[in-house]
Amino acid sequence: MSVRKTKYEMPEQSPQERIKNFKEVPLGYSKEIAIEEAKRCLQCKNKPCMKGCPVEIDIPGFINSIARGDFEKAAEVIKAKNNLPAISGRVCPYEEQCEGQCTLKKLGEPVGIGRLERFIADYERQKGKKPPKKPRTIGKKVAVVGSGPAGLTCAGDLARMGYAVTVFEALHDPGGVLMYGIPEFRLPKAIVKSEVDYIKSLGVEVSYDIVVGKTITVDELMKDYPAVFIGTGAGLPNWLNIPGENLDGVYSANEFLTRVNMMKAYKFPEYDTPVKIGRVVATFGAGNVAMDCARTSLRLGAEKSYILYRRTEAEMPARAEEIEHAKQEGVIFKLLTNPIRFIGDEKGILKEVEFLKMQLGEPDDSGRRRPVPIPSSEEKLAIDTALVAIGQSPNPLIPQTMKDLKIGKHGNIVTDDDGRTSIPGIFAGGDIATGAATVILAMGAGKRAARAIDEYLKKK
Amino acid sequence: MYPIVEKKILSENVKQLVVKAPLVAKKVKPGQFIILRIDEKGERIPLTIADSDPTQGTVTIIFLEVGKTTKQLGTLNVGDTLENFAGPLGMPSEVKKYGTVVCVGGGVGIAPLYPIVKALKEAGNFVISILGAKSADLLLLEKEIHAFSDEFYIATDDGSKGHKGFVSDVLQQIIDKHKVDMVMAIGPIIMMKVVSNLTKKYNIKTLVSLNPIMVDGTGMCGGCRVSIDGKTKFACVDGPEFDGHKVDYENLTLRNRRFIHAEGDACKLAGV
Repeated sequence: MSVRKTKYEMPEQSPQERIKNFKEVPLGYSKEIAIEEAKRCLQCKNKPCMKGCPVEIDIPGFINSIARGDFEKAAEVIKAKNNLPAISGRVCPYEEQCEGQCTLKKLGEPVGIGRLERFIADYERQKGKKPPKKPRTIGKKVAVVGSGPAGLTCAGDLARMGYAVTVFEALHDPGGVLMYGIPEFRLPKAIVKSEVDYIKSLGVEVSYDIVVGKTITVDELMKDYPAVFIGTGAGLPNWLNIPGENLDGVYSANEFLTRVNMMKAYKFPEYDTPVKIGRVVATFGAGNVAMDCARTSLRLGAEKSYILYRRTEAEMPARAEEIEHAKQEGVIFKLLTNPIRFIGDEKGILKEVEFLKMQLGEPDDSGRRRPVPIPSSEEKLAIDTALVAIGQSPNPLIPQTMKDLKIGKHGNIVTDDDGRTSIPGIFAGGDIATGAATVILAMGAGKRAARAIDEYLKKK
Repeated sequence: MYPIVEKKILSENVKQLVVKAPLVAKKVKPGQFIILRIDEKGERIPLTIADSDPTQGTVTIIFLEVGKTTKQLGTLNVGDTLENFAGPLGMPSEVKKYGTVVCVGGGVGIAPLYPIVKALKEAGNFVISILGAKSADLLLLEKEIHAFSDEFYIATDDGSKGHKGFVSDVLQQIIDKHKVDMVMAIGPIIMMKVVSNLTKKYNIKTLVSLNPIMVDGTGMCGGCRVSIDGKTKFACVDGPEFDGHKVDYENLTLRNRRFIHAEGDACKLAGV
């Protein structure tokens, strides 16, 4: 029997339709298609896909269950390792992780592992999640700071080991970047809430409005909790540092996305938080966050949404799928373009961006070819809004308030592979330790830290 | 949920609320602020802290009703609750013995000045306070601030109380008489700018407290960025107090008008 060379397509909202709404773009597999896709899996003995999974899911195991039509068993296999499959099944860069290692890639396309994970998570949620077995309690407390992907994963794993876990969240909603950063059309907020509810059903408590470092310090937490995990993320926006960046009309990607996603500015005035974008929006940067900004702008009614990037498409850090979705929706890519200043009118309102055309030179430290300006190539583009999406740095609130904690040169908390910091009992993981990376890497870090915390507390 | 335990109407559109928020009350220092959200659909707004009582677990906020959220906040009563109340945020005031300090408060900016006056007095400074408002009925915390001041002055635009004119006129007279070591000014942007321009001539250290538009209040969004000596700073984590001589007041004024149209629409729709 020959194996089908390509993945089964996942139905999507059409581009014309979806740029008018904030509903999710891909619609998920049906049961029948999921079973067919699962049957493509060769069930390799050496399980290469698992080497690409930061959260150690038994991938051939759950796919085998799907192929047999036993979706509940599949959910059980995934949940044994990953408490947040509806999230990772949507935003994980599978092509670089599990699917990148799939044997079928040699013949054509890998098994749609991400799509199958998402199918199972959605199946389980729609059916009503099985209440988890209450773990045996150990009677030891752990504090987790931040309820993003690293914190939630660490909290969930520790709760399943029997620890009493409290998560301290600065904002009013759980999820961190899953809530404020990633748009509704890529990761519906109801799904994030449902995954958080599952973590809570394991016995994890979540406290909101607690800005650790301000409302309470880590040192104070240490008095009540013998171990603390810090997962406060990369919340500090980077700037272009060019003239005019403080004009009315220039936003950081974080401010723009937080207003739209977490504060629901797209439903203003039903919700109180406004956002204002005008007719022409330019997003600077070409990562996933930049694609999110450009696509969100279209949904808010922008007539033109540009991506300005100083290199070429080959160097774009965004996932291929995100770039493809942005193109389908009509985002205009202006490549080899480097902004040099923002220009405002007499009232200080953004009117134009001036930029230089670039060409690619020799490779730089990142291995990507370095963009160099073409002399006297200045041009201007009339814009109403500029969204700066060129990355984030670790949030400084906790590092600022802890003298003895070893901090790296980028403001990150220094840890070993398992999240141990320079202070015994304090662990960290996710973007606060690595600098801005992906949701799945943060989840993997939370998982390893949970094991290290367990080991530490058992010895104590 | 954070219950409102006391309410006072200080003038037609200035209200005082005492909110039960024990964790914030325990930690708050002069110069810090909180971020609140009234309900699920509400906006997050920063408000400076006028007073706190760690034993009662309460925090006092005083606000001018300017937009949809503050107007709605003004309609709440004792027994109502706020959905979120996070803090204390920002860096506290640098309270130490400077010598002679002049504390200048304008309008609703008098409220956050009060804990600073108190702390500066307790730190052993000779405290001169100048409070300014459009008219006498809009003056806040007169008695309270007077009680912690070695000298106390009032300026009103219409002359209904104290000096007729601006706080800066009174400040000029004080500078002419005293050797002033530090000036702390909190009030409308224009007042802080005028005060800073005056003290710059005499090279007197001047601190101002800025109140730009914020969202998260934890350094994440950069919406509150201000230009200080040409460098971008975030008022929520680097401030809210900055060297008054280095603030780009024009940019702050401009950035605070960013959503003025939406604010008007929201008020109209909400009928407030």
